[in-house]
Amino acid sequence: MAHAYTPGLRVAELTVLRKERRLPIKGEVLVQKGDHVSSDTIVARTHLPGNVRLENVASRLGIPPEDLPSVMVKKEGDPIAKGEAIAQTKGFFGLFKSSVPSPCEGTVESISTVTGQVILREPPTPIQIDAYVDGVVVEVLEGEGVAVEMVGTFIQGIFGVGGERTGDIVVAVASPDEPLVAERIDASMKGKIVVGGSHVTWDGLQKAMEVEAAGVVVGGFDDPDLRRLLGKDLGVAITGHEDLKTTLVLTEGFGEIAMAGGTFDLLKKREGRKASINGATQIRAGVIRPEIVVPIPEERDSVREEGSGHVMGLESGSLIRVIREPHFGHLGTVTDLPNELQMMESESMVRVLKVRFEDGSESLLPRANVEMIEK
Amino acid sequence: MSENGKIRAIVATDCGSTTTKAILIKLVDGEYRLIVRGEAPTTVEAPFEDVTRGVLNAIREVEELSGHEVLDGEKIIHPNDGDRGVDLYLSTSSAGGGLQMMVAGVVQSMTAESAQRAALGAGSIVMDVLASNDGRLPHQKIERIRHLRPDMILLSGGIDGGTITHVVELGQIIAAADPKPRLGTGYRLPVIYAGNVDARGEVENMLGDKTALSLVDNLRPILERENLGPARDKIHDLFMEHVMAQAPGYNKLMGWTDAPIMPTPGAVGSIIETIANRQGIEVVGVDIGGATTDVFSVFRKTFNRTVSANLGMSYSVSNVLAEAGIENVMRWVPFDLPELGVRNRIKNKMIRPTTVPQSLSDLKLEQAIAREALRLAFEQHKSFAVGLKGVQQERTISDAFSQSASGETLVNMMDLNLLVGSGGALSHAPRRQQAAMMLIDGFLPEGVTRLAVDSIFMMPQLGVLAEVHEKAATEVFEKDCLIHLGTLVAPVGTGPEGKPCVRIEVRLPDGTAVDEEIPFGNMRVYPLGVGETAELKATPARGFDVGAGPGKVVERKVAGGVVGLMIDARGRPFTLPTDEKARVAKLEKWAAAFDAYPAG
Repeated sequence: MAHAYTPGLRVAELTVLRKERRLPIKGEVLVQKGDHVSSDTIVARTHLPGNVRLENVASRLGIPPEDLPSVMVKKEGDPIAKGEAIAQTKGFFGLFKSSVPSPCEGTVESISTVTGQVILREPPTPIQIDAYVDGVVVEVLEGEGVAVEMVGTFIQGIFGVGGERTGDIVVAVASPDEPLVAERIDASMKGKIVVGGSHVTWDGLQKAMEVEAAGVVVGGFDDPDLRRLLGKDLGVAITGHEDLKTTLVLTEGFGEIAMAGGTFDLLKKREGRKASINGATQIRAGVIRPEIVVPIPEERDSVREEGSGHVMGLESGSLIRVIREPHFGHLGTVTDLPNELQMMESESMVRVLKVRFEDGSESLLPRANVEMIEK
Repeated sequence: MSENGKIRAIVATDCGSTTTKAILIKLVDGEYRLIVRGEAPTTVEAPFEDVTRGVLNAIREVEELSGHEVLDGEKIIHPNDGDRGVDLYLSTSSAGGGLQMMVAGVVQSMTAESAQRAALGAGSIVMDVLASNDGRLPHQKIERIRHLRPDMILLSGGIDGGTITHVVELGQIIAAADPKPRLGTGYRLPVIYAGNVDARGEVENMLGDKTALSLVDNLRPILERENLGPARDKIHDLFMEHVMAQAPGYNKLMGWTDAPIMPTPGAVGSIIETIANRQGIEVVGVDIGGATTDVFSVFRKTFNRTVSANLGMSYSVSNVLAEAGIENVMRWVPFDLPELGVRNRIKNKMIRPTTVPQSLSDLKLEQAIAREALRLAFEQHKSFAVGLKGVQQERTISDAFSQSASGETLVNMMDLNLLVGSGGALSHAPRRQQAAMMLIDGFLPEGVTRLAVDSIFMMPQLGVLAEVHEKAATEVFEKDCLIHLGTLVAPVGTGPEGKPCVRIEVRLPDGTAVDEEIPFGNMRVYPLGVGETAELKATPARGFDVGAGPGKVVERKVAGGVVGLMIDARGRPFTLPTDEKARVAKLEKWAAAFDAYPAG
């Protein structure tokens, strides 16, 4: 099992990170390769095609569909104003004319002599995307967007809700095992990314939203509180589009779990710096994990390239985190990787590893129940 | 590829959403047998984003366990020369969220339903069904298409020679939505038209430029007949050409395989259909995966498949809780667990889907969730597996339009001969008794039914193998794939606790004569091993039915299995006590009757 590998979450103090910023459909790129951009720089924009309206003109005028062209006063591609006639019958000697007004502003997209329908398209809606992180444009993806590169700290969370936000990091607790409660949050945290410890209470999160914190980063959160927050039970982990003022990123999981010491120390070290966070999570193919990105441009020269040394196997000495009961959330070091399958209490026969926890105790765990802590 | 007769070693993989499973089959003494299986986490996720990584890892495990060399670096050695290499490499896939489709038809209960059956039968997840009479306004349908971003659209509608207006309208809606595919922006969305042949010209005009349009035979050429084959085959082709080609690493994988990669559920369906047809029996199969649960059935020679897209044991585990409700999950848990703890545990499984239960309590909780996922998936299946609607000769088409009641379900639990379970929760349950109990509680079979599990979850690989080498697929299926759990006798009816339910008379292979009156509310297991049979006489008490009618005796030969001859005298419809203590006592008693869990 030389290739046995349990992907973990990345916690990198300094790395080169490349972020692709793509439009959902083709459009116009507004920056050039080499440009320095800040998180709120608009890098590309486009127009989403407008909504479509179908009008059955033939039936409204009481004519067969094949006669439609003879009554149309607008052709395919013509612009139309709301209320403007798109079709009109000739009437008797110019009298008793009937017409069909356009229900919207837009253009005539198509006219069908089979169904008698006219398709109208409303004006397009403009959309734009920003750079999300402070960095340098390293590639222009023609008509689609850009790649922005930055040097800095990169921390992946395990689950999040809420979209992209930026703000300065503020650490609101003294240690990684201290919960983030309402009393720890005050008005000075408006627009900031608030770092807590083991978990955030419901009141704590409410308070963060009340003071309009940009984000909250903590070890854990309770599922019933998530249900209150979203107004529904989350069935599948696809998030990021929630309409929340404050983005929430969990580094460990659900429940009360101390934030990994390394993660907490790193966030503490970056306190006061501007960070970009995103709660978007998708635990399916093409997995997306939430993240905290802290640009540190002055360290440009002291960093290795992105991804180098990042893909490695689980081996003796690897630092791991247990991700399932009964030692959920504990950190330890791999001391052995026996080849033989072993029986667990549940009687499952699994591949195991031996781990030494931080308190010195040892345990055999299914390999599937740990994840590597990646640097 | 070598000729059939020369094929001596085969490797087949199934890239699931969570794990990639590889099997090695070899020709041993003139017959094909499974040698070993290996597995590794699927690697469509970062940091690899390359499915072949997981495939190589799974094959490497096969190499380690069998000593048979398959890989030369990162290449599959072709062909086999004794202890090295393989003659055939095949794969199925459900990673990347599987194949996600939208289907459209004119009448919801007719062509739209046939289109849905074709898409499901081909192994896809049907995200939505559009129909002219589905009650939504055109702009709502357009919004829906844009929002869902399917991998593919199947458009049907109208019988050949019938009216074309409605199907053209549907085409207009699709054209107006100008749909973009889910994966990647660099290609056009595949659309298959399988409707009225007379509308082909119009459909081509509307969709030919905007989409990658394919035209196939009408899937409902006349009301009385479905012709799903051409649409199904086209879906498979396009799945390969368009969808898989976009998923990370699949282009490489497609270059390795000796036959097209099949969607996993399509492959499982094909092997289940083969069993039912070969043996002339009524079969239900279930595959409970990480993201989805598929149910397949063959009743009255009609094959049906449903996918419960968000019922699964890892990615979708939290959705089982949301859909079933926590009370329904917890009713199967024989100990007290605070709700907060349960909810957090389930969410943690959702965000770290590849973990396995280490403690016994975790295993019991997971198996409670599996029961509910099976129950919900089967409920959905029963309401879909119905006869063709709109075929009554006396009625006019306008009557059929207004016919809203669902057709008669084909699923008849009393007629069911064989129930086969597969998927991690059932195939990897530490004790087979646990798999048997999950199947019984989830499906509630009636009368006399054989139960089996896919021993190591290789129905997908055998399904794709059957397409190119039926002999190897069927030989391995019969000898190595199914683990027979035994035969279940479950009387239908209810009665007071402890009163007679059914009398069981059977002579066991060891010579023991059983003659026992089983009281209502109990379960029993009698030893009857794999390959053994016994003559059973089941005499139901008044008001109970084991297949011959209320109170009527059933005598038949029954087959054994690793669990044995199982009696479920808990009645149908089945209920659990509402009193907490009584409920826990019952669960423990039934588990003890099956010897399902270690003591303590």
